Amino acid sequence: MAHPKSKTSKTRRDKRRTHYKASLPTLATCSNCGATVKYHHICPECGYYRGKQVIEKEIAV
Amino acid sequence: MRHNKKFNHLGRTSSHRKAMLANMASSLIESKRISTTLAKAKALRTYVEPLITKAKDDTTHSRRVVFSHLQNKNAVSELFRDVAVKVADRPGGYTRILRTGNRLGDNAEMCIIELVDYNEAMLTSTEEAAKPKRRRSRRGGKKEEAPAAEAAKQAKPVAEKESATAEAEEVKAVEDVQPVEETEEKAEAEVKSEASAEAEAEEKPADEASEEDKKKEE
Ligand SMILES: [Zn+2]
Repeated sequence: MAHPKSKTSKTRRDKRRTHYKASLPTLATCSNCGATVKYHHICPECGYYRGKQVIEKEIAV
Repeated sequence: MRHNKKFNHLGRTSSHRKAMLANMASSLIESKRISTTLAKAKALRTYVEPLITKAKDDTTHSRRVVFSHLQNKNAVSELFRDVAVKVADRPGGYTRILRTGNRLGDNAEMCIIELVDYNEAMLTSTEEAAKPKRRRSRRGGKKEEAPAAEAAKQAKPVAEKESATAEAEEVKAVEDVQPVEETEEKAEAEVKSEASAEAEAEEKPADEASEEDKKKEE
C-alpha cells in the first residue's frame, strides 16, 4: 500500500479546511405566532405546522 | 456506486434492524404517534404500511403474517380491530412524518410519525382548505412578483455600482498585501511607477467625482 512520505503540516491541513464552511438554513416566520422557523418543520414555539396545531405546547403562566 | 442499495441499514445488523422496526411498528400502532429520528421514521414507514394494508383483509393467515413482523399480539389485535376499520377507505399513505428540529446531544434530525386517520385536527381542516388555498397562492404570487421585480431592477444598478467600486478598492489592497508578486514585479513596477504616477494623478480626481455623483443619486 502507498503511504504518505511526510506528515501534513498544520498550515497545509488548515489551508485545506478553509473550504469547510457552515451554511445558513433557509428560514421562515410562523404563520401563527411569528417566530422564526425552519422550512418544513413544526414551529418549536407554538407547535403549529401549515396553519394547524400539531403538537400541544404548554403555555408558561 | 449506489447500485441496488435501496434501503437504509441504520447501522445495524439485519436481525437488530428487524427487531427494532418490529418494536417501533407495534409502538406506532398502539400509541398512534411516536417521536423518532427522521431516518428511522422513513425506514419504519416502508415497514408498517404494507402491514396495515395486510390488516384490511382479516383472515387467520394475514394475522399470522402480520404477527411474524410485529411479534406483539396486543399490537396485532389493535391493528386488526381498530386501525383497519379507520383506514379502510385510504388507498395507502397511512402515515405522516413531520419534522420537529434537531436533537440536543447528537444534532440528529427528529420527527413525529403518526397514523394519518388518528389526527382529527389535520383531517378536518385539510379537506376543507386544500383546493381554494392553492389557487389563491398561484394567482397572488404572479401579481406580487411583477412589481417586486421592477423594484428590484431599479434598486440593482445602484447596488452594482457600489459593489464595483468596492471590489476595485479590494483588488488594490490585495495587490499590496502579496509580497511574492511584489519582489518579482518590483523591477517592472519601478519602470512603470514613473509613468503610472502621472496617470494615477489624473485618474484620482475622476474617481472621486464619480463617487460624489453616486452619492447624489442615492
Ligand atoms: Zn409558531
